[in-house]
Amino acid sequence: MNGDWHKRLQQWAPYALTPLVIIAALPAIGPGPWLTLTVAGLTMGIMLFMVAAGLTLIFGLMDVLNFAHAAFVTVGAYIAVSVLVPLAGWTNETSLALNIAALLVALVAAAIASGALGFVFERVIIRQVYGAPLRQILITIGALTVIEQLIIVIWGPQAIPLPKPAMLRGSVFVGSSSIETYRLFALFVGLAIALAMHLFLTRTRLGLVVRAGVEDREMIQALGYHIRRVFIGVFMAGTALAGVGGMMWAQYQAVVNSQIGDGMTILVFIILIIGGLGSVGGCFIGAILVGLTANYVGFLAPKLALGSNILLMALILLWRPRGLFPLAEHH
Amino acid sequence: MTAGQINEPMQETAGGFADTAADAPIPTLSLEGKSRSWLGWFVSDDPPGRALLNVTMLLILAVLLFAPFVFPGSKALDVAARICIFIILVASYDLMLGFTGIVSFAHTMFFGIGAYGVAIMLAKGWSGWTGVILGTLIGAVVSLVVAAVIGLLSLRVRAIFFSMITLAVAAFAQIVAEQWRTLTGGEDGLTFDVPAVLSRSFRLVPDRVMGVIINGPVITYYITFAVTLVLFLLMLRIVNSPFGLVLRAIRENEFRVEAMGYRVVAYRTLICIISAIMASMAGSLMALVLRYNGPDATLSFTLMIDILLMVVIGGMGTLYGSIVGVILVVLAQYYLKNTLEMATGSMSGQSPMAALFHPDRWLLWLGIIFILIVTFLPQGIVGRLRRKR
Amino acid sequence: MSETADVLLRVEGVFTNIGRYRILHGVDFSVPRGRVTALLGRNGAGKTTTLRTIMGLWKARLGKIVFDGQPITALETPHIARRGIAYVPENMGIFGKLTVRENMLLATGRTGFAQDQLDRVLQSFPALKMKWDSPAGSLSGGQKQMLAIGRAIIEPRRLLLIDEPTKGLSPAMVDQLVAALLRLKRENTTILLVEQNFRVAEAVGDDVAVMDEGRIIHAGEMAALATNHGLQHRLLGLSVADSA
Repeated sequence: MNGDWHKRLQQWAPYALTPLVIIAALPAIGPGPWLTLTVAGLTMGIMLFMVAAGLTLIFGLMDVLNFAHAAFVTVGAYIAVSVLVPLAGWTNETSLALNIAALLVALVAAAIASGALGFVFERVIIRQVYGAPLRQILITIGALTVIEQLIIVIWGPQAIPLPKPAMLRGSVFVGSSSIETYRLFALFVGLAIALAMHLFLTRTRLGLVVRAGVEDREMIQALGYHIRRVFIGVFMAGTALAGVGGMMWAQYQAVVNSQIGDGMTILVFIILIIGGLGSVGGCFIGAILVGLTANYVGFLAPKLALGSNILLMALILLWRPRGLFPLAEHH
Repeated sequence: MTAGQINEPMQETAGGFADTAADAPIPTLSLEGKSRSWLGWFVSDDPPGRALLNVTMLLILAVLLFAPFVFPGSKALDVAARICIFIILVASYDLMLGFTGIVSFAHTMFFGIGAYGVAIMLAKGWSGWTGVILGTLIGAVVSLVVAAVIGLLSLRVRAIFFSMITLAVAAFAQIVAEQWRTLTGGEDGLTFDVPAVLSRSFRLVPDRVMGVIINGPVITYYITFAVTLVLFLLMLRIVNSPFGLVLRAIRENEFRVEAMGYRVVAYRTLICIISAIMASMAGSLMALVLRYNGPDATLSFTLMIDILLMVVIGGMGTLYGSIVGVILVVLAQYYLKNTLEMATGSMSGQSPMAALFHPDRWLLWLGIIFILIVTFLPQGIVGRLRRKR
Repeated sequence: MSETADVLLRVEGVFTNIGRYRILHGVDFSVPRGRVTALLGRNGAGKTTTLRTIMGLWKARLGKIVFDGQPITALETPHIARRGIAYVPENMGIFGKLTVRENMLLATGRTGFAQDQLDRVLQSFPALKMKWDSPAGSLSGGQKQMLAIGRAIIEPRRLLLIDEPTKGLSPAMVDQLVAALLRLKRENTTILLVEQNFRVAEAVGDDVAVMDEGRIIHAGEMAALATNHGLQHRLLGLSVADSA
């Protein structure tokens, strides 16, 4: 009986982390800024989740770690800029509907572009290096460099500003807290996409096959499924998500430069490590935790802010050496 | 490497990527009796191998030995010193990557630790040779401890996980260096004075020797060269020792080695430590040569990528490959820029071709070359030349 | 083994390597249609490797595997599975994070279950009904084995490859499993069964092939081996007590 209780607690503990952190922050920060920071943290988290989820799913299913993932984030950001500049007519209007429409067009464009690039990337580069972790690391790092340089060739080396649409600038006030409007939009869109992902994975046949494939690639094949054909789809979905994350992040930062993907890389890796390589659920929790940590610590102890997530990662690894929801041993 | 993957399990060996089991060299854990000439002892019976390589290596050795005289001028001497330091940095990385199969992104961190060791000592008042020696030692000890921790971690997690963690640790080190202004000078770094003997105004002999003034930088260069030579020969000794053979066996099949009774963790940790200490010493030398250290000089991720480039292009698991790789990449960076400048000179400024060949885009072309080499020449140049026909 | 029996699966001269190590050194045997063939041998003899090679999870370096007259040696695993071969591996191959229902669903070709198929399976393995919506990882060892086999039979298959189903099970569960296998046998399902437990192999098997060091060292009818204690001891290292 006692053992059972203990085991239950162990199983559910990771889910409790996020609420615990949020609640613990309240007394430390004070109700006013707390709401602002929490929303900021959740938003940053959901944008990071976009980028990280694709990477962890690709790794879980295909055992491929794509060090060039950041490149797809950057591509998404630049495509978004290319779409939004001509749509300035819509974004400068004081119509919320037009603003959102413009952003959605940019979002879809970023997804399509990154997904298409992902298709080419999988065929040309990833195909060669299945089952060879060392070559994967090397060749994807090379590819990262090349893609980012090509972006500079196409768009030029200078940073491109990307002002937010008219109706999404500024903040709303809730009690004594101010919350940036754009953040609410990003949070909403991000959660919608995350929900769609969840429904796909849990309610569709293909999602079921993907989930099974992540757990045991051999067995799903032994049941007759051509999981290799699913790879390309999952890879494209992963890169498309990264592109969306890049677009949202770019809009959030209001500027786009060729380093935009790189800045996220270390945080994305931390999220993957925290969540457990291959676990989408772990990735979600990890992303939210990282976003919250960055914002809370940024407020409480700005000097520690940059390193705080690495410390978070170290702490979690001490507790769970393979991350919160590690996959089976052979991963 | 788990069996039963979708493809045939690919063997990754330092000498290349054997596609079938039959091609992979079988590691032996015994040293057969080898004839030992004094030269053989010197290079631990691991000479470059092919005639072309032997000649090239000797040529490089000669050029580096007489660098101040062959390439007069402080700029060229600076490049030569960098080449020597990088040779140690890259070769020590090869110990982990090529011989043991460990991919770590924290190598620049140890480079930085060694550099900061000397920089902090000299900048904070421990001037002169005391500062240099103490700084180098402290750097080496800190590197040893950190490497030991990282090495012990390497058992508990899977290879790719480990690589990602080293990336995070390296990023952390960079952040600490940038933020801890009082100790490290923050983003601006530390500038300091070197011992009198190494300063620009010092003269070893009043007259010019073969047209060159023997001043501080020249002496610094020769110290660098000497240390590089010693450390490189030491590495040759290590990889050709029984210890080194066990490392190679671990790279091939760690489960077998563990089953044979060797503690794989211990070996891995030890090589991480050795590699880290050497990188640290290279860093200490770098600080002396630059008379400055900052996060950009030794801790940047671009540097880490350069190291990867050099070791892969030169040839993993060969040590001599590091020499080849360093020189090629350094030359490439220089000549690529010049070539690109010439190319864009003949194109109109705004055309897309001009943008593609702009000298600032040398990294694009280097990246393409890198991908091509990983794809078609995975053993690198030295690896390819050394392969048995 | 009677040469006139209709052979469903023939393995000819198969050599398989794992990495650098040769595991199978020319395996030759046949599995007659409608009968249960037991594949026996010591640990490390290559039994699991043989099953995995048939299933295409590991590629044979040399040799031929013919299923119902068609060569399947070079085929990818999903193709082999679709020819009608089901595989129940040693570790059962259960997807622990998926529910029992989802595990079973993956084994059917449509989005739903045919009721009669489902009834058939649940009749053999009633415990699965209780845990229908629980994650498969929460099942006991015996229940997981039931799920693995249930998954393999929910759609009609021409050949079942089963690897050590009784390993680690309690005697009660072993009996339940044997009963299930006998039921399958009555339905004329062709089974290739790897078993360490000679008692189980004897109870279920019609024919037997014994492996050692990557080769077949004996093939014949189970009945003949079951009564020949001397041969048993020589081939499998079994004393009289083990087969009682």
